[in-house]
Amino acid sequence: MSQVENPPLSEYRRREQSIVLAPTEEQLRSDSDGASDEATHELLTLNFGPHHPATHGVLRLLVTLQGEIVRDIKPVIGYVHTGIEKTAEDKAYWKVIPIVERMDYLSYYFNAMAFCGAVETLVEVEVPRRGQYLRVIHLELNRIASHLIWLGTSALDLGAVSIFLYCLREREQILDLFEMSSGQRMHTRYFQVGGVIEDIPAGFAQKLREFLKIMPRRADEYGAILNSNEILLQRLRGTCPLDAQTLLGLGVTGPLLRAAGNPWDLRKADPYSSYEDFEFKIPVGTAGDNYDRFAVRLAEIYESVRIIEQALDGLPEGPHITADRKVALPPRHELATSMEALIHHFKLVTEGFRVPPGEVYHPIESPRGELGCYVRSDGSSKPARVHMRDPSFVNLQALSHMVKGSYIADLIATVAMLDPILGGIDR
Amino acid sequence: MPDATGLELLAGELGDAAIETIYFRDHATVVIEPARIRAVLATLRRKGYGFLASVHGVDHYPQEPRLGVVYELLDMSRVDRVTVKLRVPSDAPRVESVTEDWPTADHQEREVYDMFGVVFEGHPDLRRILMPEDYEGHPQRRDFPLGGEPVIFTRDEAERLESRE
Repeated sequence: MSQVENPPLSEYRRREQSIVLAPTEEQLRSDSDGASDEATHELLTLNFGPHHPATHGVLRLLVTLQGEIVRDIKPVIGYVHTGIEKTAEDKAYWKVIPIVERMDYLSYYFNAMAFCGAVETLVEVEVPRRGQYLRVIHLELNRIASHLIWLGTSALDLGAVSIFLYCLREREQILDLFEMSSGQRMHTRYFQVGGVIEDIPAGFAQKLREFLKIMPRRADEYGAILNSNEILLQRLRGTCPLDAQTLLGLGVTGPLLRAAGNPWDLRKADPYSSYEDFEFKIPVGTAGDNYDRFAVRLAEIYESVRIIEQALDGLPEGPHITADRKVALPPRHELATSMEALIHHFKLVTEGFRVPPGEVYHPIESPRGELGCYVRSDGSSKPARVHMRDPSFVNLQALSHMVKGSYIADLIATVAMLDPILGGIDR
Repeated sequence: MPDATGLELLAGELGDAAIETIYFRDHATVVIEPARIRAVLATLRRKGYGFLASVHGVDHYPQEPRLGVVYELLDMSRVDRVTVKLRVPSDAPRVESVTEDWPTADHQEREVYDMFGVVFEGHPDLRRILMPEDYEGHPQRRDFPLGGEPVIFTRDEAERLESRE
């Protein structure tokens, strides 16, 4: 039998293997005093992901372990990089909306909102109040849906399986509502530059009220189930805390920052889309550990329900999209009677609208933190640069600071509580 | 947001590091000397802008200096934003890294390096972040063509190796 030779390593594999993880403090100390015990100080590098259910996507972590203790961690990302920002430069402004929605695939309304907000600032178009309220309703429904997926999958990671099914049951109701208003369950393309594409249909308000009535009760149930689950509590309480100052230095925003006691929320601090009209509270934590991250998000579900109730009660009459025909499509019935409407329709659908040259950065509060959209226009009908400051991408940097020195089981819990969406990280 | 006058005052305090001020759609932007970035951000931090929200790259092709790096600063107590911008030529795209003072810039500078090829001097780990390590070129540059990307799956790789034998 001939000897089987190992195939030569590709250039990529060789580079990958040459990644050297930084020596841990422990290592440095043991190197200096020279009295290390081989058995207890042996370091193991474990490749975790990219195909692993507990990474919430295709996140790959190079973990240096000493026994069961995490000493260092390096995230490797880019597995679902699809070049959305590059593709956006080749599309007319209104055709960019559906592709930016596909970045963070659990909070598609937020991506569309950040992009539309940036373009609206550039074009200086005013969104009618009804459009703003409808946006708030859909944003907050989306926030609940996103938190439900987070809660279900996180609980799954921590050994509570049944909650996943309950969470998907409520999310299904939200997706049904999205389907009602826009015809799509995900990536709805409901938000347009200047407003929303269509008014809500008859029966939507009633169905939404039914959902709003049931949701707080269901959230109570989740809380009751999980807060009496001893395993879950032990895995969350006191694990991997990080203080607000370090988090701010790392650029972390959203529920992670609020769990550490800093009540920063752009909906309150710098209201957009009529958020100043609604009364709601910002849940904050005290310890900044995994339990607080869990509790803050669960409490946010109730606040979102409150906002939607107020928006639905106070929904103003009037148009849902701007009357500026240069940026918004004319209503269907006008096409049959008005030549001008037909021309506008043709121009918008073929070339799209032109945007005055300039650069804007439009930040909003997504379920994961500050989602900012930077748009640069060169005066043509296609953006010269679209960049999303995705909160998952920035928040991921905090992971190594959180888990260093804790157990590998806590790493799983922390990744779950970090709530990274890889579609948003890699874009 | 600092208003137009506030922006001029701010630029005055930055001295000759500030090249230009842009006040556009109620938002203040200071364009600065690339070499002074760390000093400028330190000055602004003392003025209260203590949170670096975002770092992103822009390509001003075909103008020179071509590559831009944009820093979005935020003052959380006054809820005030200011943008700091610098531009470097494409033949020497070098900027000092701000990671030491602002740890959040780590991944974001790596992304700008990956997508635009701006080299951040002093960055602890300047590698590609989203594109594969062996990728050639910087895809977000405006003259980088869209499409035509070969998709390599392991199956194709195996076929290629077989045909070579």
